[in-house]
Amino acid sequence: MKIQTLFFGITSDLVETNDLEITISENSSINDFKVFLKKKYPKLENINSYAIAVNETYAEGNLILKEGDVVAIIPPVSGG
Amino acid sequence: MKRTSIKITSKKLDLQECYNFVEDDSCGGISAFIGTVRNDTQGKEVLQLDFSTYKPMAIKEMQKIADLALEKFPIHKIAIHHAEGMLQIGEIPVIITASSKHRKATFEACEFAIDTLKETVPIWKKEYFSDGEVWVNAHP
Repeated sequence: MKIQTLFFGITSDLVETNDLEITISENSSINDFKVFLKKKYPKLENINSYAIAVNETYAEGNLILKEGDVVAIIPPVSGG
Repeated sequence: MKRTSIKITSKKLDLQECYNFVEDDSCGGISAFIGTVRNDTQGKEVLQLDFSTYKPMAIKEMQKIADLALEKFPIHKIAIHHAEGMLQIGEIPVIITASSKHRKATFEACEFAIDTLKETVPIWKKEYFSDGEVWVNAHP
């Protein structure tokens, strides 16, 4: 299934893009997705310290992704 | 009546707008927190800051903070406005205003809102120095 993946902050520099379509197997969880992403982009070595948002809401690692989800990689925020 | 005003803009933030939004005859006080761009970080001179956002989600998270502040504190209204894009020293990345019958709630609401914003709202700043640039907080 296809997952639209958004990168922000330092992660967009590490993967050198803001936006990617990633194909992973059905019934993958966020944790599975992180493992996949780290394998594909070894520079994302700190991925376990990044938050993940699915469809604009923070999500836990055990959430199962579905086709068409928008997954955002959220490194530590620094607004204000 | 709308009791929250949430905004992310690449235009200059407007303190008067945030004041006018929360101002009300029933209120005895208004507090404002104004974040400003500082010229140094840990002794190193900062030239400018670039704020990037995950805008639709950042708006939702700011709205959650405003709604929660209304639940937690006896305030009348709250405004949370944040800037995006390149800001120079002394410019304003964030304004929070809150109004209430009595002053204490306004202080508490502003403090709660800025503290929570810094933890949860997907906004990132990059500091620019004379010899390069760095994402703030990138390596916890």
